[in-house]
Amino acid sequence: MARSVTTQRKAINTAIAWAIGLLIFFPILWTILTSFKTEGQAIASPPIFLNFDWTLENYAIVQERSNYMRFLWNSVIIAGGSTLLGIVIAVPAAWSMAFVPGKWTKDILLWMLSTKMLPAVGVLYPIYLLFVRMGILDSRVGLVIIMMLINLPIIVWMLYTYFKEIPSEILEAARMDGATLKDEIIHVLTPMAIPGIASTVLLNFILAWNEAFWTLNLTSVNAAPLTAFIASYSSPEGLFYAKLSAASTMAIAPILILGWFSQKQLVSGLTFGAVK
Amino acid sequence: MATQHSRSAARLMMAPAVFLLLVWMLVPLSLTLIFSFKKFLPLRGDQIESGWDWVTFFPSLDWVGFANYGRFVSSSAFWPAVSTTLILVGGVLIVTVVFGILLAILLNQPMWGQGFVRILVIAPFFVMPTVSALVWKNMFMDPNNGLFSHLWRFFGAEPISFLSEAAMPSIILIVSWQWLPFATLILLTAIQSLDGEQLEAAEMDGAPVLKRFWYIILPHLGRAITIVILIQTIFLLAIFAEIFVTTGGAFGTRTLSYLIFQRVLESQNVGLGSAGGVYAIILANIVAIFLMRIVGKNLDA
Repeated sequence: MARSVTTQRKAINTAIAWAIGLLIFFPILWTILTSFKTEGQAIASPPIFLNFDWTLENYAIVQERSNYMRFLWNSVIIAGGSTLLGIVIAVPAAWSMAFVPGKWTKDILLWMLSTKMLPAVGVLYPIYLLFVRMGILDSRVGLVIIMMLINLPIIVWMLYTYFKEIPSEILEAARMDGATLKDEIIHVLTPMAIPGIASTVLLNFILAWNEAFWTLNLTSVNAAPLTAFIASYSSPEGLFYAKLSAASTMAIAPILILGWFSQKQLVSGLTFGAVK
Repeated sequence: MATQHSRSAARLMMAPAVFLLLVWMLVPLSLTLIFSFKKFLPLRGDQIESGWDWVTFFPSLDWVGFANYGRFVSSSAFWPAVSTTLILVGGVLIVTVVFGILLAILLNQPMWGQGFVRILVIAPFFVMPTVSALVWKNMFMDPNNGLFSHLWRFFGAEPISFLSEAAMPSIILIVSWQWLPFATLILLTAIQSLDGEQLEAAEMDGAPVLKRFWYIILPHLGRAITIVILIQTIFLLAIFAEIFVTTGGAFGTRTLSYLIFQRVLESQNVGLGSAGGVYAIILANIVAIFLMRIVGKNLDA
């Protein structure tokens, strides 16, 4: 008797949750569906949901007309480059804070977090000016540097949180066996920290990929990534829903997939370990 | 035991990260601060010398004291921008926290395909802001071909131009859609750590659902809700792309940060915009202090 009530309740829960889940996901689903329609079908009234002539035409047009691949490549370089650079700088820092904490470690960590709170618009012009002076406006190098600096606090924090969970007895044992600091980091720590580093890379790649203040304001032609490419669609000409959808789908698909893998890290990463 | 040797090595390893962030914070911030006390209109001939003359505080620009700070606050655009910012941040916070709590409770119930529903619910967070703004603007809120107008007509109502006639609610909807996953995920994580026995005991004692929610679940979520509010506030104060591609600041959607953006880049009044930037930095820091207290406490534990 009790079991049948539970099953019934479970069925109701399932129905409600699936309905709400689909409702929240609907704008993305609708974009993906529309990207396979012709422009005429995309604005048909009443809207067509599934029984349209599926076509890949829009993807071909988007790629051909706006040189989509260049924007994609810029996004990959900027997000990937800034994440890797950030990891290289953050791993030693997080290591030392987790295993050799000093009097100031906690304050330094909090101070790093505070730089993340700096509103970008407050320092837009100085950065713009410095970029012009250094000749790195609208360059991938400039964007890599900015994205790295923006995400460095998050990278340090995430790594710190992961490193803290590694038992220090293992490190001490390695030291007893005569391991040098270099050995310790490369052969003992790194293998244990790989999952944490991987999650950090994933989340920061996503954050850098989607960043849309600096990428819009510091690029024009050469270094413009997908955020800027999509923004160029804000003044439509003629029929364009299907093409907008195709471009959008291409811009979000890789990140959506990566994001689904990293949803657990999202919580600890973006709350700086305050919610686990 | 950390030796003297490993201590100095540790300091050395921390140095690059600390140094970079220090430069990243101090250089632009001091430039903004200097500009905010200067008259600086690049389009009207105010130029700064070539080379690195910022060390000498830009001698070619006139000092104007607190004039920019006064003008920024007394401009007719200032108070509307403040209230727009508050409405946007407040609106999104209310929507995401309330629905986030409900969704988290729902997702925590026993069901089939829980993982799949989680994937659906979390998805909007990974959509880049420019994409989500454009998709909502064109495919949902367009007065002629958007899905909302089809829906409106289906119910016999006359569709409106959502982003001009109901601009704020529309933008709040778009931004809430993006941030609901974040709130839900954090609240769900918090709810999963709730002691199930306590809830069961309350249920056995015949406590009604609302009472169980009010006296057990909500207090347990208190800390997570605070974190959601603080972190979202910091990001929401800086909302840019969603306004940039939908209304461009028109129809009463000009927030404080968008106003600063327009002063600096569109009207090229760097001094005035920088004064606004300093206000924004102070505002963000007030929020940040509260967040750091909570995170800092967590470090001790």
